[in-house]
Amino acid sequence: MSNAAQHGAVFEGVRKFGVTGIFFARLLVACVRALARPRLIVAQIFNAGARSLIIVMLSGLFTGMVLGLLGREVLQRFGAETMLGVVAALALLKELGPVLTALLFAGRAGTALTSEIGLMRATDQLTAMEVMAVDPLSYVAAPRFLGGLIAMPLLVAIFDIIGLYGAQLIGVGLLGVDHGTFWSQMQSAVVMRDVTEGIVKSLVFGAVISLIAVNEGYHAEPTAEGVGLATTRTVVASSVLTLLLDYVLTAAFM
Amino acid sequence: MRDVHYAIDGRPIFAGLNVRARRGLITAVMGPSGTGKTTLLRLITGQLFADRGQVAVFGRDMGTLPGREIYAARRRMGMLFQNGALLSDMNVFENVAFPVREHTDLPESLIRTLVLTKLEAVGLRGAAHLMPAELSGGMARRVALARAIVMDPEVLLYDEPFVGLDPISLGVILRLIKQMNQALGITSIVVSHDVQELATIADQSYLLSGGSVVASGTPQELARSDSETVHQFMTGSAEGPVKFHYPAPDYASQLLGANEG
Repeated sequence: MSNAAQHGAVFEGVRKFGVTGIFFARLLVACVRALARPRLIVAQIFNAGARSLIIVMLSGLFTGMVLGLLGREVLQRFGAETMLGVVAALALLKELGPVLTALLFAGRAGTALTSEIGLMRATDQLTAMEVMAVDPLSYVAAPRFLGGLIAMPLLVAIFDIIGLYGAQLIGVGLLGVDHGTFWSQMQSAVVMRDVTEGIVKSLVFGAVISLIAVNEGYHAEPTAEGVGLATTRTVVASSVLTLLLDYVLTAAFM
Repeated sequence: MRDVHYAIDGRPIFAGLNVRARRGLITAVMGPSGTGKTTLLRLITGQLFADRGQVAVFGRDMGTLPGREIYAARRRMGMLFQNGALLSDMNVFENVAFPVREHTDLPESLIRTLVLTKLEAVGLRGAAHLMPAELSGGMARRVALARAIVMDPEVLLYDEPFVGLDPISLGVILRLIKQMNQALGITSIVVSHDVQELATIADQSYLLSGGSVVASGTPQELARSDSETVHQFMTGSAEGPVKFHYPAPDYASQLLGANEG
């Protein structure tokens, strides 16, 4: 890559970051106005949250089952299989719950948001709203952003609970770890800070993914190809940023 | 619109455009594709702003108004989009009710009456429960028209209302445009390249080409014009000042010199 091309790419990156930042600021203002329409927000919590339930619950169950299986196998080597409940709970609450749910959320709800808003752009629906003196930012974008933001922590909580059940199902039910120990060890070792870490992560991931999804849809090229590309960018950017921010947040909670 | 200049990415769309739509009349803006007819409507609705010159709507320059006032001005306008631009997640009734619900606190019974009256005017009261995806192109456009007039606008903008319609739907839309104008006294601006259709309803017309108005007058005056551009456009001839071919190197030399190119 030539020097000029490198400069061009850097410039483009900075520009895009700036554009997204400005969009985010305008979106936040629109969110305040969108609060006056709770019905729209509830509808979007349903869209982003309730419609992702099955995939999140299934994934949570299997993740928990793997934790039960692997956890017991590894812990047994140190004669510490009584710690299975603690290990499963910490892994789910602090890391697997928020991160896996975020990745699923990006694939399930993020893409739906981007393609929906992109298609509304392509079929002049957003322009029509502007002409009808309705701000599409507060009518379309903000409720979807808020819906995603609220749905994420709820989905993570459900993922965690089902995951713990899955770990218990395999660890206690199948492999014979003591039931009482499993839960009592968990209760004594897991502290509020671990739960907070998961909640903070899920809120941050929810905000980032919803912002990316809404932004990409809102600014998608109004063609079939443009909407497709925007949807792809949503998944790629959300996934990478989720993992990157996960590291930052994990380090911050040390 | 006075002496409007507008450019997209340095490519001039309008250079010194002058168009005047009189109150209570139907003004037709005609011109070949790509002459910026839709851009013209967006300048009027304040979605775009002129680089130079003045776009005055209701006597006020859209370019200098603050955002709040632009939104206020838009409430006095209605616009019909090329493909209808109905909101795809609500049915026909809710689409027409949308502007009313957003801008007023009318009781549900009144909204119902209002919406059904407007739907009756476009002959689609029976389709109130359908979703936009279930409508034909002509029906979607009529629903969009009902939505455009539900707030009783003073100005109605039509963006290519005739494109892609079968002859019957086209006749219906034509009659509706005329009716809206006569019965409700709505100032109408119709942007289109369907000359023959426009000629039957327009009170005054402008022909755009190359970023400015090349001819204006009643449709009859335009038809009698001796300007070659006007004549070519009105008769739909391929020969004339407006070329069929996009600028290209000489045909024969490009074919024969394919190896070099």
